[in-house]
Amino acid sequence: MDPQTQLLQLLFAGVSTGSIYGIIAVGFNVIFKSTGAINFTQGEWVMIGGMLSAFFFVSFDSPIWVACAAAVLCIGVLGVLSERFVIEPLRNPSPVTLTLVTIGLAIVTKSGVMLTLGKNPAGYPGFSGETPIMIAGASLHPQTVWIIVVAALFMLAVHFFFERTLTGKAMRAAAADREVAVLMGVRVRHATMMAFAIAALAGGVAGAIITPLTFTSYDHGTVLGFKGFSAAMLGGVGNLYGAMVGGLLLGILESLAGGYISSQFKDAVAFMVLLGILFFRPTGLFGHKEIEKV
Amino acid sequence: MLEVKALCAGYDQGDVLHALDLSVRAGEIVCLIGANGAGKSSTMRAIVGLLRPLRGEILLNGVRVEAATPDRIVAAGCALVPEGRRVFAPMSVAENLEMGAYQRLKRGERDEVARDREFVLNLFPRLEERLEQPAGTLSGGEQQMLAIGRALMARPSLLLLDEPSMGLAPLVVKDIFRTIADLNQAGATVLLAEQNASAALKIAERAYVLAEGRIARSGSAADLKHDPTVRETYLGV
Ligand SMILES: Nc1ncnc2c1ncn2[C@@H]1O[C@H](COP(=O)(O)OP(=O)(O)OP(=O)(O)O)[C@@H](O)[C@H]1O
Ligand SMILES: [Mg+2]
Repeated sequence: MDPQTQLLQLLFAGVSTGSIYGIIAVGFNVIFKSTGAINFTQGEWVMIGGMLSAFFFVSFDSPIWVACAAAVLCIGVLGVLSERFVIEPLRNPSPVTLTLVTIGLAIVTKSGVMLTLGKNPAGYPGFSGETPIMIAGASLHPQTVWIIVVAALFMLAVHFFFERTLTGKAMRAAAADREVAVLMGVRVRHATMMAFAIAALAGGVAGAIITPLTFTSYDHGTVLGFKGFSAAMLGGVGNLYGAMVGGLLLGILESLAGGYISSQFKDAVAFMVLLGILFFRPTGLFGHKEIEKV
Repeated sequence: MLEVKALCAGYDQGDVLHALDLSVRAGEIVCLIGANGAGKSSTMRAIVGLLRPLRGEILLNGVRVEAATPDRIVAAGCALVPEGRRVFAPMSVAENLEMGAYQRLKRGERDEVARDREFVLNLFPRLEERLEQPAGTLSGGEQQMLAIGRALMARPSLLLLDEPSMGLAPLVVKDIFRTIADLNQAGATVLLAEQNASAALKIAERAYVLAEGRIARSGSAADLKHDPTVRETYLGV
């Protein structure tokens, strides 16, 4: 393979995993903006997205996209239930308390998946088969294209929700000044519930679209959560658009490191990026602008 | 319109309001004056449901609301312009106004809200020129206008203002107070908490003087303006 084609191939791979990280990072940010907490369950939701899709696909013999859509919906509901039964009863928890509680929630979620869906890795074919498509000499798994398209649509939907709908604006208002939002008649507890729903949906979507490429099992959530969190830190915690850029950057860096240095080095990239950001720019690459959205 | 009876309220560190009585009749401007820490803001916060009273009653149009949540009090027609303006800084001026009408928009009153928005923008033309600007980048006076406009978007029958003159230049203060008087002329009932007692007493009909969480004096604004203690302590003459 000539160098140019190899670069193109690596870039495509990077953009597609990067889109996944971006979606997960958006999930982190939505909950962070709404509660101030880091949600450790985020990665588990991604894992369940894959596990449930596989389960529906195998058990009901349904088309892949139906299985995935059903799984994503279930995870949205799971997010709402988690908030209602675990977070809501806490009554004005501090962000630290909330973060600790989500660690517990993550463990419970992971164990629940292990006990019900088992320990075996699960997977399913891509949305439009497995035959590679060729773009400018680079050979791509067709799912790569699906990932990029779905991620773009997801980001558009999130953008539309927060910029155009009354509920989305109310959530931004609550993030900006919780008490004054209450004064306007916004029920901020519903806003927190919505944040969990959106974050869980984000996790579900990410898991459903990446599993054809990677397979998944009950213990994959932590790593995916860590990657998404690194992407969120890279883009600046709480910055919705930074999250997407952070995700793409991280994905591309990983892919290039994997291709040009060594594939073992790949997973170290996120760790190094996180360390670098914490040392040099704790507010993220775009932190200085302080134009916060969501 | 508003009646507060034997209101006691406080924070973890102890009570700050001790058996407070006050009332506001429809169409009045009533002003609440007092030194720093006297309990003006706490009174306002208790009325809108942000501070849960320990004892006492709060009646809005004859209905007891001391145990109601803020969204119910907004729905009952009472809006607060909070101390320190507190606009939603990252959101645009237009979005801030929209949030003021949040409950009405949720009920589907699009057309009426659009009309009220016109009214607010007529009242504060400076806001109209800056509709898409993030509220955090407005000047202090503009932010105060926005905070008042945002409260008006709820079309309240009772408007509570907590120190609208704080940190503003004398000329802007004059504008804001004239606007409050105009709004009152147009039918709004106003309860106004102010450090700037001389400006507030000019537009108010009646006033209460708050000291250490108790009503120290009350009466018509004209009487209080000439009360020697009030003149010395709050008017600085
Ligand atoms: N969140 C709080 N927690 C504890 N104590 C509070 C809180 N808010 C106010 N207080 C106390 O309650 C008392 C009354 O405060 P309040 O804000 O009502 O005064 P104020 O009359 O509005 O004063 P200012 O003119 O300075 O705004 C003060 O002693 C203050 O320290
Ligand atoms: Mg005050």
